[in-house]
Amino acid sequence: MKFKAMSVATTLAMGAFVLVASQAEARTMIQNKGSDTLVNVAQAWAEAYQKIKPDVAVAVTGGGSGTGIAAMINGTVDLANSSRAMKDKEINEAKKNGINPIEHLVGYDALAIFVHKDNPMKSITVKQLADIYGDDGPVTKWSDMGLKVPGCKGDKIIVVSRQNNSGTYVYFQEAVLGEKRDFRLGTKDMHGSKDVVDLVEKTPCAIGYSGLAYDSPHVKKPPVAKDDKSTPVEANMDNAVSRVYPIARPLFMYTKGEPAGDVKTYLDWIKSDEGQCIIMDKGYAPVRPVKCAKK
Amino acid sequence: MDATLHDGGRTPSPPDNGPPLREYRGKQAIASMSIDARDKNWYIDKGFEILMFFCGISAIVFVVGIFLFVFKEGMGFILHDMNMGEFFLSPKWRPTSLNNPTYGILAMVAGTAAVTILAMAICLPFSIGAAIYIAEFATGKTRETLKILIEFLAAIPSVVWGFIALSIMNPFIIETFDVPMGLGVLNSALILALMAAPIVTSLAEDAFKAVPDTYREAAEALGATRWQTIYKVVLPAAKNGLLSAGLLGVGRGFGETMAILMASGHSINIPTSVFDSFRALTATIAAELGETAVGSPHFQSLFAIGIFLFFITFLINMTADFIVRGVHKG
Repeated sequence: MKFKAMSVATTLAMGAFVLVASQAEARTMIQNKGSDTLVNVAQAWAEAYQKIKPDVAVAVTGGGSGTGIAAMINGTVDLANSSRAMKDKEINEAKKNGINPIEHLVGYDALAIFVHKDNPMKSITVKQLADIYGDDGPVTKWSDMGLKVPGCKGDKIIVVSRQNNSGTYVYFQEAVLGEKRDFRLGTKDMHGSKDVVDLVEKTPCAIGYSGLAYDSPHVKKPPVAKDDKSTPVEANMDNAVSRVYPIARPLFMYTKGEPAGDVKTYLDWIKSDEGQCIIMDKGYAPVRPVKCAKK
Repeated sequence: MDATLHDGGRTPSPPDNGPPLREYRGKQAIASMSIDARDKNWYIDKGFEILMFFCGISAIVFVVGIFLFVFKEGMGFILHDMNMGEFFLSPKWRPTSLNNPTYGILAMVAGTAAVTILAMAICLPFSIGAAIYIAEFATGKTRETLKILIEFLAAIPSVVWGFIALSIMNPFIIETFDVPMGLGVLNSALILALMAAPIVTSLAEDAFKAVPDTYREAAEALGATRWQTIYKVVLPAAKNGLLSAGLLGVGRGFGETMAILMASGHSINIPTSVFDSFRALTATIAAELGETAVGSPHFQSLFAIGIFLFFITFLINMTADFIVRGVHKG
């Protein structure tokens, strides 16, 4: 009895192996890894592309821009997703390994500021954000901004940030604090874009930043002004496409050298109207205005 | 089954006052070629001996391998980039800062220590109480059921504890204590106490069982009540075992990662109240290692934290081991 069950299992396993092996033979695999911000879009691209070109399979993994770039440097991926540009140091490291990373712009992401839905905040300036998030910044209480937040006992601002290797963290530092200024110590460093929104939703005292795509009806996202004189701009798709929103960032894919073959056709398709409509559908801004069929 | 029985039957048993088995077998082999001492069983026996030997030393090989690997990765940082004073005395952990990277682990050490101490303060009275009940009072079915239930606690994966911390304890702490956030020292300590409880309870129970019954009989013969026997005789006699149980619980606290990553709030901060967020050493490694360029000072500094944790756990386990040995000698 036992032997019979085992032999059946073995036959099944071998069958499965043969099936997988034969499929792998017929298909080209594109390894795609990196930014957590881009992972949903990358997955949607891969799935849609599967329908158009069944012989090309795209394997998508997240892990963060740092992970994708590290994999590009080590030469283990075909396409690295990143929500920040590669640093010169990283490009040099890649060149040392004989890899010449080429940058491709695939879309834009607006970083929305999230506060609890009971927070009376009307708008916020980039300078105020820097005062909240920056090292030794003067704003630590909601009353420092003239706000009284219902439900927030103790008045202290709970500052929600990201772990120090996420592309979102690096971009926020660049765009809000300036490259030379560090984050305040004592921020709650969340491990994912969605975790930030979830925490802010449950915490009246909190403020956080995350990609616009992670917007939720249970939190408030105040408009952001570049400085005291400019008018605050709502964080939404149109303002991100027209680039009037002050904290929007480009999203990149990197290839090993000039793309060729299947990787090139895939990238061209991503940059086409069809690919750009998918990124828009996922809550990010396309590289140029495109007309998409309403879903 | 049958085959082995026959094989066993074929091997002749030595005569009562005859020479030792090996010699006897040799003589037999010369006398008649049909009985060879190196039969199938002998080879199976030898084979298993060698296999078990490799299993035995594999543990040592792996430990030494891990030790060397962690040291190799961490040494680069320790030798070139590390400033001892900064590493241990500065709370500023800013490994990715563009203008001035700092690698201070003081806040994380303080947070980890605070949560471990609080967790043990919660866990020890309950675990030792449970162990006293199981070892001294409970009998039969009650005892078996309790033991199984406590071991069941140990079977819950740490990520599930993390979920409990996030979704049950967090709102509970916010409402009960009227604080802005429930992720912090208290939440982590409660979770850690529950996670360490099964280990501490089983070890404490073993310690009570190791106390000879003659002690209890002598106490009772002198007219001591049950409580007096436990309090004045059993507890002092089991003291070393209990201490080592506590220390292993502390080791668990220092080493736990996933649940603490979720329950702590993950914030670089020297906690001054039980509601403050903190960041654990282990959680920092878990959160940052995956996205760090291999070989960079940041990557190596995480391994340096690993070496530090290695030493702490090693010290705790050694101390616990010495204390237990003390029990057997005394």
